[in-house]
Amino acid sequence: MIEQPQEDVLLIEGVAKRYGAVTALREVRMHLRRGEVLGLIGDNGAGKSTLIKILSGFIQPDDGKIFINGQEVKLRSVPHARSLGIETVYQDLALVNELSVYHNMFLKREQLWKPLPLLNNRAMKRAAREYLEQLGVKIPSVDMEVFKLSGGQRQAVAIARAVSSNAKILLLDEPLAAMGAREGALILNLIRNLKGKDVSIIIIGHNYAQVLEICDRINLLQHGMITFDKPIAPTLLEELNEIVLREYRINSAGVRKNA
Amino acid sequence: MANEVLPEASTAQAQTEPTPEKGALWLRILGIFLKQREASIAVIAIVLTAYFWSSNPVFLSKENIGLLSQYTAATAIIACGEVMLLISGEIDLSVGYVYALAPFIVYFAVENYGLSLGLAVVVGLVISLLIGVINGVIVVYLGVPSLIATLGSLLALNGITLTISNDFPVLTPGTGTKFAEVMGHSTFSEIYWAIGIIIVMQIILSRTRWGLHTIATGSNLLGASEVGVNFRLIKMSNFMLTSLLGGFAGILEAFRITSATPGAGGTTIMFNAVAGAVIGGTALQGGSGTIIGGFLGVIVLSLLSDGFTLLGINANTFDIVIGGAILVAMILNVRLQALRKAGKQ
Repeated sequence: MIEQPQEDVLLIEGVAKRYGAVTALREVRMHLRRGEVLGLIGDNGAGKSTLIKILSGFIQPDDGKIFINGQEVKLRSVPHARSLGIETVYQDLALVNELSVYHNMFLKREQLWKPLPLLNNRAMKRAAREYLEQLGVKIPSVDMEVFKLSGGQRQAVAIARAVSSNAKILLLDEPLAAMGAREGALILNLIRNLKGKDVSIIIIGHNYAQVLEICDRINLLQHGMITFDKPIAPTLLEELNEIVLREYRINSAGVRKNA
Repeated sequence: MANEVLPEASTAQAQTEPTPEKGALWLRILGIFLKQREASIAVIAIVLTAYFWSSNPVFLSKENIGLLSQYTAATAIIACGEVMLLISGEIDLSVGYVYALAPFIVYFAVENYGLSLGLAVVVGLVISLLIGVINGVIVVYLGVPSLIATLGSLLALNGITLTISNDFPVLTPGTGTKFAEVMGHSTFSEIYWAIGIIIVMQIILSRTRWGLHTIATGSNLLGASEVGVNFRLIKMSNFMLTSLLGGFAGILEAFRITSATPGAGGTTIMFNAVAGAVIGGTALQGGSGTIIGGFLGVIVLSLLSDGFTLLGINANTFDIVIGGAILVAMILNVRLQALRKAGKQ
């Protein structure tokens, strides 16, 4: 496959991370095209969370290069990564339960009654309502405190907030974990709507069957390396099943031999 | 078909919506009022007032109302700080000893350093604020839980007050001046200060970034800091605020009774302020609460204390009753919060 670097909003090359004797990431090469939805899947311990932490600026790699829009960058911190347009949405972590939806949407970016230091709640409410409508996120009311929403609604609000803060690259960590079919459809629908908004998305998932229908391309992370990189095709699910089963057999044979 | 269903549905909805008629207006206002968590505590305050008044008409005499307002004011001012601190997930046990120390600082600033009364009060407030800074640094930057850290500063502050005063009360300087009248001496000046502070603090809590970030810090520390909320600054500010208000309340009280006593305030006033906050709906685990609620909670405690005194109930018996009532209120506070969280889905 010939790649055109100028199309890639994100490109990482040779990224490695070691924790003492443990190598979490060996030599990761990965790219994300503009407007693309990339599914990053892998088993527990494959290095997914290390990779997310590096991309969100939380930790720094030992080796390798990261390019955003063709420019090499060093992601120094979470705010720094955010200032470059990379936003990460973690399951269950993002929202403040005791605050209303619109206060959550505007947390740290509050609109004020200038020159008074008072919150302009009316303006924030209106903007939040319009924004959520635009993304097709349906919630009963923006006045509602977040703990009254369902899991799917909360996740949708968290994603909408990340996008509204001008994110260009969105990392979604297990966006469908512990979600029913209807709730999951809400999130998938939201991700579909985001495609038209110049947002490129990496969905990190454990259960690939769920994310398959929304992704343009799948990367498989195994033992700290990307071992599989293919666009979505009808036979993909079978191929992935095959790979995972093979790995499972090798592991269980190893366990038996050791025992 | 769809065109027929749609308008029908919308008219049905319009009918079920409350119509803003004059007759229904007071019902709607009542409904809004009842949804507020402060409403139930306000009802309790009214019932208590009615009960004590019917038992002894002196309860609503001008003298007793003055006394009640003085009972309430200093504690209510301290409760404003504790509400903010509790919402952000911390507590200050030492504030009652800042309350005792601040008037002595005013006294020594005037007597030993010859400062004017106004400047001396400013010095007292600045030192109160600095004590808040120390508490905040120990908790926020050195990671000591606030329950333990402020227990330590409680003891240290009491030691300082006893040392500099030689365990003797002093006369508050400036007694009889206009300044002293405004700063707590005239009967209702303390409660006016309290009400002013309560209004300002309620606006800060519900209408400014400080308030919003305080709630965010107490409700979801990790999530709030992820978004970039400076939770350290928020907690520091609330420690400073609590200590400042503690010192201010102590100074007002010293002007009111025209003397400063080393044993003033202490754990009693701190505990009443925290209990008032919790009775008024501030969550002990942080994340929610209101200043007005805390004020109502303090009022209920004052009503009980004053009412029982008028009924001639023994002070020791009274402590058993009120201690039990506060424990019940705190258990309800924690359990209701847990129920609310469990019922979210």
